[in-house]
Amino acid sequence: MTLLKVAGIETFYGASQALFGVDLDVAEGEVVALMGRNGMGKTTTIRSICGLARPRSGAIEFGGAAIGRRQPFRIARLGIGLVPEGRRCFPNLTVRENLVAAARPGKWAIDGVTGLFPRLGERLGQYASTLSGGEQQMLAIGRALMTNPKLVILDEATEGLAPVIRQDIWAAIRRLKAEGQSILVVDKTMAELLPVADRCVVLEKGRTVWSGRPQELTEDLQDRYLGV
Amino acid sequence: MTRETILNAFLALLLLALPFAANVAGEPFYVTLATRMAVLALAAAGLNLALGFGGLVSFGHAAFFGIGGYAAGILAAHAFNAEPLLSWPFEIGGSDQMPVIWLVAALACGLVALPIGAISLRTSGVYFIMITLAFAQMIFYFAISWPSYGGQDGLSITLRNGFPGLNTMAPTSFFLVCYGLLMAALLLSWRLRDSRFGAALQAARQNEARVAAVGIDPLKIRLAAFTISAMITGVAGALFADLTRFVSPSMLSWQMSGELIVLIILGGTGRLFGPVAGAILFVMLEFVLGGMTDRWQFFLGLILLGVVLFARGGVVGLIAGRPRHG
Repeated sequence: MTLLKVAGIETFYGASQALFGVDLDVAEGEVVALMGRNGMGKTTTIRSICGLARPRSGAIEFGGAAIGRRQPFRIARLGIGLVPEGRRCFPNLTVRENLVAAARPGKWAIDGVTGLFPRLGERLGQYASTLSGGEQQMLAIGRALMTNPKLVILDEATEGLAPVIRQDIWAAIRRLKAEGQSILVVDKTMAELLPVADRCVVLEKGRTVWSGRPQELTEDLQDRYLGV
Repeated sequence: MTRETILNAFLALLLLALPFAANVAGEPFYVTLATRMAVLALAAAGLNLALGFGGLVSFGHAAFFGIGGYAAGILAAHAFNAEPLLSWPFEIGGSDQMPVIWLVAALACGLVALPIGAISLRTSGVYFIMITLAFAQMIFYFAISWPSYGGQDGLSITLRNGFPGLNTMAPTSFFLVCYGLLMAALLLSWRLRDSRFGAALQAARQNEARVAAVGIDPLKIRLAAFTISAMITGVAGALFADLTRFVSPSMLSWQMSGELIVLIILGGTGRLFGPVAGAILFVMLEFVLGGMTDRWQFFLGLILLGVVLFARGGVVGLIAGRPRHG
């Protein structure tokens, strides 16, 4: 069953058009990789889904309800947990406070998050600003999970992290997938991303130009659209 | 136990001990001084919820302090003169009982804070400061032009309002009532700060968009904090009216709003016992420096400048360092 459906959205920043018609959908329990070179509209697509940038045309539906005109907090309450680009925690709150502030009823609670990321369990009383980059990313993921989302959106979750920490984050993503969590993920680490994704959607200049199974994303297509 | 917890306990005990020490020393005036500290600390503890935890620099909290004061004055005047407040469609009389007055003061402040907050919280920064000031000035001018309750001259409270089982005319008893309410407000602030509500309020202060992305309505959470904050400050206003047995538009003036902000900055913005430390320091300075010169506020200004430049955490921050959790 389709959880998220994005159809032909066009989003502007002032007079400048960033998206020219993005289409994608995520089914329940599916992991979809949103791909494309830098500046192709991946983050704007995510911002549009989350209500942080309003599309001027097109439609976004989540769980069958149109969400294109809703306020960001109402969209989040419907069950979209965003892990934004750049590890954006609340720096002057402790790890526990960061998690508690986001908490909504459901299976994910502090114990579950510290089970997924034991490092956070050791630092519950520590301010987020004092955590390493990797720990802040774990906290950002944990905070999104605390909202007990139907869909987790990960925007460049492993960017700029040490390889060891990246492995921890990918292990957590694989575990979430195994538990049936729907995920929309943006990442540049193809070697990790492709095995975990059920489907890929490729953006080029603000448009969806290709979508299919990871096995169908040939080297030729990767060369053409992803520059790898 | 953190250094801040020890300091908080010390401040609580210091304030509690002051009137008893004054009685032993045969200086009952100091009991009134301690009561003034407790009442101002309570008013500032209310504002600290909005300003300290929520980052909402309200320059209009005197409105709530004054509304609380007028609630006490008006109810007491009607009770004293045996005149009903309202005679149609049903009769409502005045009251000289503190618990009733506190309830009315808190409810009145909450009802006024809701629309003020709903409008002003849609803005931020200097606009929020100016809108809260504008609302407070509207209420100030309304009080001045309301002859039924003294207008510019204010309203006297003939007898201090009562509290079941206590002689509130006895200074120490009245101090204990004020101190009890202060501790209750601090306990509430502590519980709120450490709750999901408190974490969300502080998170909204740090980044509104990020808070919305986790499903929290920043406006709603700030409005709740602003309203609770106004209700606490309103109860402090009712106590202040009982302390001075007089209520006048000066309680609603912008200088009063500024004074409450100064108390918080002196004590430590967003620190649980910041308002207590600020009120003790402020009243002491007012008493000591005021005894030396009429221009004592010049020196207060210098001290405030020093705190802002060199001790941004106020007295609590200076002694206890940066806030620490668990």
